[in-house]
Amino acid sequence: MLDRLSSKLENIFKKLRGRGVLSENDIDAALKEVRLALLEADVHFKVVKDFLAAVRQKAVGQEVRESLTPGQQVVKIVWEELRRLMGEDLSGGKPLHLSANPPTVVMLVGLQGSGKTTTAAKLAHRFKQEGRRVLFAAADPRRPAAVDQLVALGRQIGVETQTLPADDAVGVCREAVARARDRHDDLVILDTAGRLHVDEPLMAELKRIKAEVSPHEVLLVADAMTGQDAVQMAERFHREIGLTGIVLTKLDGDARGGAVLSVRAVTGVPVKFIGVGEKPEALEPFHPDRMASRILGMGDVLSLIERAEEVFSKEQAEATAQKWQTAGFSFEDFRDQLRKMRKMGSMESLIGMLPGAGRLMQNVPARGLPDQELTRIEAIINSMTGQERTRPDLIDGSRRKRIARGSGTTVQEVNRLLKQFLQIRKLMKTLSRSQGRSGLANLLKSL
Amino acid sequence: MLRRIKGALSKTRQRWRQGLGSLIHGKKAIDADLLEHLEEILLSADLGVHTAQRLLSGLRDRLDRHERADPSRLNAFLKTELLTFLKKNESPLEVSGPVPFVVMMVGVNGVGKTTTIGKLALKFSKEGRSVILVAGDTFRAAAIEQLDIWGQRVGCPVIKHQSGSDPSAVIFDGLSAAKARGTEVVIVDTAGRMHTKFNLMEELKKMKRVMDKALPGSPHETLLVLDATTGQNAVSQAKQFHEAIGVTGVVLTKLDGTARGGVVVAIAEELGIPVKLVGVGEGLEDIEVFSAEDFVEGLFGD
Repeated sequence: MLDRLSSKLENIFKKLRGRGVLSENDIDAALKEVRLALLEADVHFKVVKDFLAAVRQKAVGQEVRESLTPGQQVVKIVWEELRRLMGEDLSGGKPLHLSANPPTVVMLVGLQGSGKTTTAAKLAHRFKQEGRRVLFAAADPRRPAAVDQLVALGRQIGVETQTLPADDAVGVCREAVARARDRHDDLVILDTAGRLHVDEPLMAELKRIKAEVSPHEVLLVADAMTGQDAVQMAERFHREIGLTGIVLTKLDGDARGGAVLSVRAVTGVPVKFIGVGEKPEALEPFHPDRMASRILGMGDVLSLIERAEEVFSKEQAEATAQKWQTAGFSFEDFRDQLRKMRKMGSMESLIGMLPGAGRLMQNVPARGLPDQELTRIEAIINSMTGQERTRPDLIDGSRRKRIARGSGTTVQEVNRLLKQFLQIRKLMKTLSRSQGRSGLANLLKSL
Repeated sequence: MLRRIKGALSKTRQRWRQGLGSLIHGKKAIDADLLEHLEEILLSADLGVHTAQRLLSGLRDRLDRHERADPSRLNAFLKTELLTFLKKNESPLEVSGPVPFVVMMVGVNGVGKTTTIGKLALKFSKEGRSVILVAGDTFRAAAIEQLDIWGQRVGCPVIKHQSGSDPSAVIFDGLSAAKARGTEVVIVDTAGRMHTKFNLMEELKKMKRVMDKALPGSPHETLLVLDATTGQNAVSQAKQFHEAIGVTGVVLTKLDGTARGGVVVAIAEELGIPVKLVGVGEGLEDIEVFSAEDFVEGLFGD
């Protein structure tokens, strides 16, 4: 995510970090690079201009603090300005306000292809996880099979969809809200038709829906890959309908996501969620400071920890640690951990969260390699006998050959894995002394 | 196409004209201010900072002192430069030669692949050709149904499998069916995929291999569908798709909004991939053959 912008800025400030005194010329040189990077990231040129002016003003007049090098100070100012531009951090509370008088009505609007229907499913999945009851309203009667798509997604995650009266978007929404009230559902999600923002009839229809059901939240679903047009689009939707939040989608690609800065700056409406994949769980709360850190190449360790905690529950972690202490760490455990780790997401997305990863990723020859590597490792472990997995010291030369043949790998790869395994086992010994969250943090530190 | 594109780009044109008009008015020569303002206009059309700076340095280097003293020369100069970029490798979508002629559509999620296929199918069948659609998007919910509806509207058969099945298998069946029936044009839909997803790009390569096996030499056209509202990431999309399967042309969709799609200039220039078609509306017939002249004329006005 935002990899290249991160690595660019990192490079710029690597130059700055080394210096003792920061002149006006230095600042200007750095800001020139920042400008290029931001423009390449599709931040709107006016936003870039304001941003740079603000940074420059703060950077030039400022006294250099003893604790920071001048370069660090500029990084800090750029970071703070970026974060300020991206708005408040809402993730501590609830990104969406649930009405005291249910159902809470959430209306999704946006251009066609921005990901409204997928986002509807992701939001519903999220609230289902919290034990809430959700209903969909299929308010896009125009695009062929749009209704089918929502119904199919709803079925996958166990959410019903209001589809009647067909051809009447306003009617569908009204019926859905009434039905949700009768059934005491917590949430209704209105999936509206996508069209271009210059489309008057659509805007009129969206306004009618809003007037009819008075949604608690109107969320603009915006594609992170959007270019300079993001400003016009967001402005128009905000002026015509009135937005309460933004969902930024498709951040799992290599889009540098400048649109988030533009949209935020123009509407002033908070970004509430980001979409990071096609699956229902690929929706994360928006953290402005994490995003700012990420842009500046400081990585996103917090997200990583959070995701790890979802997959590894605390009790489980303690039980496992206990077991490792008494019985020792085996290849069975290793495979188990490997599978859990893969559940957290692709290696690519995990690596993207680590500090300095932008640079690291440039050195990886082909994308996806780490994931392939993990598949091979798992194949090797699968080719071992149960006994071999618990007692790796049994694995001699001829067993190594057999394992390599069985897993379609080479003896060298098997050797390498065995060596790595012994190292991990050593690491686990240290880790099992400290448990829970701090243990995980230690593990991350030791990486 | 001129009229339609012009209509579609009228907003853009206004902007450019306003921009250029206010630039030229009262200016005696190209100074730093003027260049900066000019850069902003190019940037706002999504041409990208790299292309914009190339154009501007061309302006500085290639115009002599007399011309530089005459800012009204800007318009003509930029027009010619843009045309050179766009016309590099220009080639229209010509369905002729092999029968069946196979067109494969690829792109990231939500750019309008299926809609474009519907429009293309209608265009071909209006030209009196027989068309088969192949539902190669077996991943997204209701993608097959969506293509099916287009098939009914156009009146052409849709070859499909179950949702969740192997896309290469349905493609193999689709091409075999077209061969057996002597169908003239086959359009293959594929699931939208992020160009950065290694496995999904590998899947695309496999589809292409299967096509070549079912019908040697196919696909005859591999079209990348790009959303005109996309910014500089479109270059990365084009690069990755091109590296994986070799893209023969771009279809630029959603050009009827305020987005200018200027990023195609960089794609044509850097990667040599020409734009072949543009989508300019929601109607069934809103698809046009791309012409560089019209595109640039549309941007600049007369």
